[in-house]
Amino acid sequence: MIELGRRRTQGIARAMVWGAALLTLAVLFLIIAHILIEGLPYVTPEFLLGSPRHMGREGGILPTIIGTAALTAVAILIATPLGVGTAIYLTEYTREGRLTRFIRFGTESLAGVPSIIFGLFGFVFFVIALGLGWSILSGGLTLAAMILPTIIRTSEEAIRAVPKVYRDVSFSLGATRWQTVTRAVLPTALPGIATGVILGVGRSVGETAAVILTAGSSLHVPTSLFSPTRTMAVHFYILAREGISLEMAYATGAVLILAVLAINVLANEALRRLAARAR
Amino acid sequence: MIRLVEREKARPAARPRLNESSVEVVLLLVALTSTTVLALIAIFIFAEGLPIIGKIGVREFLFGLHWAPTAGSFGIWPMIVGSVAVTAGALAVGVPLGLAVAIFLTEFAPASAAAAMRPCIQLLAGIPSVVYGFWGLIVIVPAIRNTFGGPGLSILAGSIILGIMILPTIISISEDALRALPPAFKEGSLALGATHWQTIWRLLLPAARSGILTAIILGLGRAVGETMAVIMVLGNAVEVPTSLLAPARTLTTSIGIEMGYASGEHRQALFATGVVLFVIIMLVNMAANLAIGRRDSL
Repeated sequence: MIELGRRRTQGIARAMVWGAALLTLAVLFLIIAHILIEGLPYVTPEFLLGSPRHMGREGGILPTIIGTAALTAVAILIATPLGVGTAIYLTEYTREGRLTRFIRFGTESLAGVPSIIFGLFGFVFFVIALGLGWSILSGGLTLAAMILPTIIRTSEEAIRAVPKVYRDVSFSLGATRWQTVTRAVLPTALPGIATGVILGVGRSVGETAAVILTAGSSLHVPTSLFSPTRTMAVHFYILAREGISLEMAYATGAVLILAVLAINVLANEALRRLAARAR
Repeated sequence: MIRLVEREKARPAARPRLNESSVEVVLLLVALTSTTVLALIAIFIFAEGLPIIGKIGVREFLFGLHWAPTAGSFGIWPMIVGSVAVTAGALAVGVPLGLAVAIFLTEFAPASAAAAMRPCIQLLAGIPSVVYGFWGLIVIVPAIRNTFGGPGLSILAGSIILGIMILPTIISISEDALRALPPAFKEGSLALGATHWQTIWRLLLPAARSGILTAIILGLGRAVGETMAVIMVLGNAVEVPTSLLAPARTLTTSIGIEMGYASGEHRQALFATGVVLFVIIMLVNMAANLAIGRRDSL
């Protein structure tokens, strides 16, 4: 009897665990398929290369694509050197101690800060206190702060995965620490660092709450770093929430999903290369 | 390594070397950026939000039932209850499901299935929150309306969407915790005649509990802080919700909806809401740190 009971429990549990995995995959598939099926028919060259008319009820999304690219570029250009530098310091220039715990606490906490808080901060600090206004620069700086922890964490992991012997050989040849880092360690860790940067791109492209409060929602094509802009994610949000156009919302969502898919494929490719190098 | 030597030779010998100690100082300053940003966030949010809390009174602000910003009435209790309810709902959906998937990946999945599933989980984490919100609005909200009646925009809808959104966090951290267990645990249990499931339920899950706790706490943090997805499915009514099917508003959505047009004291009150949110998140972070610390000491 007991034997039967625990075998049956095992069977039920096994089925439930498999069911959970399938359900998770099904949800992912349903979300992506739904948006792509409803949205892709509207994604035409005119949609991608045209300007929105009537608040986005018609026309295209070119200004929002440009805005997304500009904002993401600013964020990556600022966050990458800071993130990689932090990772280098943590792995190569110091021992574990009070200072590294302090830096790690700051990084982990920053990673947990909700995007709406970044939005409030970016608004009051970059937009108002520094006088940058709603602009690509304000939005990009806010996003840089948001993605910094991701880049630090992935870079640190990638640098730690570089075998110690690389450093030993480099030092034994008389290289300084900085030479060792820049010529032996970083090139080997590059794919891992790239993964972090790509994940940062993904977060920047999809972020809405922080961006809407710092870069604004202007539909004009931005002309400088100080122009306000509207990203694809913000455009998608406004179209859907204000019920401006379901078709245009689906189409924008489809482009957003395609971008996210491409970014994920790239990140996986970079990770695969890192694994190949570490072997 | 040979490449390294050759490159070194190829460089002109007289090239000035970077001063090592100045490199170290610069890197230290860079490494302090994230902590500095965190401090700046705290300073600016508090500076903007605390004065109005002082003016209204902590108790009236936190426990006040009325939020009528244009009439100068700032009580955020309905939003606190909303945040707690939606977060609890998200955990009720996301924790069992996420744990089951983590168990699947570590114990049941064939290696190829696990390898194929990991990028999918990563993709789940990469989908923008507005997309989740939109999908919830188009699919989940009508489903709830048709099944249970009511507006559909509800705590239940928010819980389902947030439950899905925290899955990647719960799965990846629990999976790491389960994988970190010594294989001897499992071998010993199976050798004693326990079934695979008994081993998982009575031995592996309890042994990985601090890691799983960390996963839950970080998932909780994500759920509390999520804004855009929740705005679209929660209905955003400013009242203390009384059922799962009632619309509600969270701390984050309150800021997200009203920041666009708020000014003066209204804006300050939204920053004060941000102060409350920030404090909650820092407490959650500290709890996660404690849980991680406990795991390390095991």
